[in-house]
Amino acid sequence: MKVVNYLIMIVFCALMIYASLGLPNRGDAYADLNKEKSLSQTPNAASYYIHNAKKDAKTENMVTVILADYRGYDTLGEETVIFTAGLVCFLLLRKEKKKNGKKKR
Amino acid sequence: MERKKDNPIVSLVSRTVSPFIMLFALYVIFHGHYSPGGGFQGGTMLAAAFILIRLSLGMEISQLQFKSRWATPLGSAGVLIYFGTGLVALLFGGNFLDYGFIPIAEAVAERRSIGILCIEIGVAIAVMAIIVSIYDDLLEGSSDD
Amino acid sequence: MNWEIEIVLFVCLLIAAFVSLYVKNLLTAVITLSVFSFFTALIYVAMGAIDVGFTEAVVGAGVTGVLLIITIYRTSRRSSD
Repeated sequence: MKVVNYLIMIVFCALMIYASLGLPNRGDAYADLNKEKSLSQTPNAASYYIHNAKKDAKTENMVTVILADYRGYDTLGEETVIFTAGLVCFLLLRKEKKKNGKKKR
Repeated sequence: MERKKDNPIVSLVSRTVSPFIMLFALYVIFHGHYSPGGGFQGGTMLAAAFILIRLSLGMEISQLQFKSRWATPLGSAGVLIYFGTGLVALLFGGNFLDYGFIPIAEAVAERRSIGILCIEIGVAIAVMAIIVSIYDDLLEGSSDD
Repeated sequence: MNWEIEIVLFVCLLIAAFVSLYVKNLLTAVITLSVFSFFTALIYVAMGAIDVGFTEAVVGAGVTGVLLIITIYRTSRRSSD
């Protein structure tokens, strides 16, 4: 059984390496991903952000503008997920400790 | 986790280092417009400073700094700050979370910058309170005693 | 470019991952998991994603280790397999 596990891992690793050979180089300005217009000749969102982020929000850090302004709904959802995780921990793990007939918290 | 003995070096070092961690966390939050960082990272660093005090000095002393029952209201307040910023923009005629309509400053770009700052503060408060709350619940709230 | 640094970081990443998989003591596993997170953060920074690297360093190497160690103290210390 162990041999089969290692065989599956080796085959999967070889498949991933073969797939990653087809990717463009990192930071390649002439790849299809980084062009001003995408393959279907529609304008790319990333180039709009790079051109207009400083002008729109008067903020130097482009990542902050994208996370908080252009993609505000995403960050709101992320926030709600964290809050829900905290509430679930609170509801599952909290125990009413009774000391001398009184609740501690 | 019962503590065996108070170590003076650990308590002194943690009490000295913790305010500087908080100061750097505030720098990360409020300087997130110009350098890497933002609400999430700064809030997590604030929570790390509180957790350092909680680890080294124990639960009873650290209640003086940040009470356990404040955690859930503060987390709700952080999410509500975020949501309220979007709602103010909605009430003044824009779309939800469109900070250009918040009536604070003159120019639209200035308004957007202030709106981003508001929601970063909300995110930081929520993340800080929730991480401290998870720590408290894991440590105190489980069943065996 | 800086591919030499990245090769060294990737080798350290693999070593940390295998150590945290095969060690018996769970506390050691948590510490090596923090080391794994920190090398991931360094790789992110070397690739140019500084914000992601910052988040990974703060959350993965800082807070997650503390939470996992508390969970281990609440349960048992040794792994059974």
